[in-house]
Amino acid sequence: MTTLVSTPAELSAPARPNFVQRLFQNRDNDDQVPPPRSFEPTMTAKVITRIVLIGIAIYFLVPVFWMIISATKTDPQLASTFGFWFGPENHLADNWNELMSWSRGNFPRWVLNSLLYSTSAALLGTLISTMCGYAIAKYDFPGKKVVLGVVMAGMLLPSALLTIPLYALFLQVGLANTIWAMIIPSMVSPFGMFLGSVYAQTSVPTELIEAARIDGASEARIFFTMVLRLLAPAMVTIFLFIFVATWNNFMLPLMMLSDPSLHPVTLGLYGIMSIRGIAIRPAIILGSLLGVLPLIIMFLALQKYWRAGLAAGAVKG
Amino acid sequence: MANTTPITVDQIDEVAVVEPQQVPQNLRRGQGKRHVAITGWLFALPFVLSFALVFIVPILTALRNSFYGQVAQGGGLFGGGGTINQFVGLDNFRAAITDVRFWRGMGRVIGYAAFQIPIMIGLALFLALILDSYLIKRVGGFRLAFFLPYAIPGIVAAMMWIFLYSPGVSPFFRYLPAGTDFFAPNVVLASMANMTTWTFTGYNMLIFLAALQAIPHDLYEAARLDGATGFQIATRIKLPILGPAVLLAVLLSIVGTIQLFGEPTLMSIAAPWMGNDYTPMMMGYASMMGQLTPSGTGPASAISVLMALIAGVLAALYALVQRKVGNN
Repeated sequence: MTTLVSTPAELSAPARPNFVQRLFQNRDNDDQVPPPRSFEPTMTAKVITRIVLIGIAIYFLVPVFWMIISATKTDPQLASTFGFWFGPENHLADNWNELMSWSRGNFPRWVLNSLLYSTSAALLGTLISTMCGYAIAKYDFPGKKVVLGVVMAGMLLPSALLTIPLYALFLQVGLANTIWAMIIPSMVSPFGMFLGSVYAQTSVPTELIEAARIDGASEARIFFTMVLRLLAPAMVTIFLFIFVATWNNFMLPLMMLSDPSLHPVTLGLYGIMSIRGIAIRPAIILGSLLGVLPLIIMFLALQKYWRAGLAAGAVKG
Repeated sequence: MANTTPITVDQIDEVAVVEPQQVPQNLRRGQGKRHVAITGWLFALPFVLSFALVFIVPILTALRNSFYGQVAQGGGLFGGGGTINQFVGLDNFRAAITDVRFWRGMGRVIGYAAFQIPIMIGLALFLALILDSYLIKRVGGFRLAFFLPYAIPGIVAAMMWIFLYSPGVSPFFRYLPAGTDFFAPNVVLASMANMTTWTFTGYNMLIFLAALQAIPHDLYEAARLDGATGFQIATRIKLPILGPAVLLAVLLSIVGTIQLFGEPTLMSIAAPWMGNDYTPMMMGYASMMGQLTPSGTGPASAISVLMALIAGVLAALYALVQRKVGNN
């Protein structure tokens, strides 16, 4: 059986890989295929395109760049010095101290909370949505179509609308203001289930499952030792999407968590900001930067996966 | 064994009937289908149960709650069992539907959607078509730059833009005419639209780009040989193929815009005149938290249900119009 697992490509390799498989395979092939010479655009067209694209890239990047610069300045310097370069002296340490005092020392805890909620929700969510996606793709059971239809409808439902009734429900069962109020709602991802089933359909060969059954492997063993490995690329994507969605959720923690020591970083910063009002300090900017740093690192490190995942999401269109 | 061809799940019963002596014992002849069904359900169960808890139960509770009102009994509203639920029929819906604040908020988000979504989707389409054309060779850097804002939480992006809109903090004000006010009543929607556009354009662009890359390149080469220009290929071949992806992006954007909450909540810190009922979602939150009359689970749930209905109707309308236009 181990030899089968290590060479699933031999068994599955279809003559023409389908859309999803192509996306996962070609993920590193970034650049355009060079055009035949006669199709080559003129030099002027290329230069104009480049200028337009650089202009638009500036719109997307300048605010982030300004935050990095501003985190090193004092409040009066923000308006009095040129905004897009460092000031005469570096006030990063002062701003950090101010951030710590305004958060009553809670800031590192908020970041850890965000990490805890996002990681737990993403781990649990990835496991349950992959299992369900695999079941939908590879098993025939009554009610399968209903499950799929209802979950797909859930994908189009405005999720924030659920937050108010969910809060009422969690309040009743005594789960409001606990970490479960963040983790349980965040781990359910209709998109993750959908991606899991699309990917299982195309990359887990039914012959492989049958062969393992004939060898006497139990269904659970087939899933945990074989199928999970085949589904790894899809699982990384699902993990990343649940992680980011949990990290970015604002309304859910705002309703569910009243204890400041349970706050995630987004809610904590909002708290400081609403106390300080419009008199905003570079400390908040520094906090915002530190609060998004883990996400940006993750996005850069796992680039090829989320791109493939987004692409698979586009298939449903 | 003679029969080495793999058996698919559907065939197990059939095979068992035709050649019972050749079926391995662990397939539990005759019970194969049932066994498969049970295993399938067991795998699906954890997700199905969580989905029911997080999606179905809240919808049902919201529906139920929307027919109940909270009546104070003795102590304060949150004074520990100080309220009792009372069936009020359609009163909560009547209150929300006749509440001018609800419709003002709805008008704001619909107006916001009407100009923000076309700008964002248009820009995303433009960028995707450019990056997919022969006009530019190395696309990796641009794609990443356009997508980066998506990695920044909406609430942090909103804070950042509020700084950039505030005189005394923003680096832009020295270049802007005196009296520029991004928080003025007739400007604030545009200021928020800019936040959303900044965050989600790159995300939509990537989805379109993925759909474009699935189109076989032979199609363009054939069009080229027939004398089509790059512009014609983009508008006559690529845009029509992108249709379904664009439709989905617009539907998801409509649904997302109706529930606009984080951005206006933060903006109202800088612009207190916005109050706590600027969008329907803010109104629902405020009435749930007792910051607004009528307050309580009942009125808040009625607002949620109404919003879901309106979002559904708008999305369905858009899809219908799109199909009509597409057929003609």
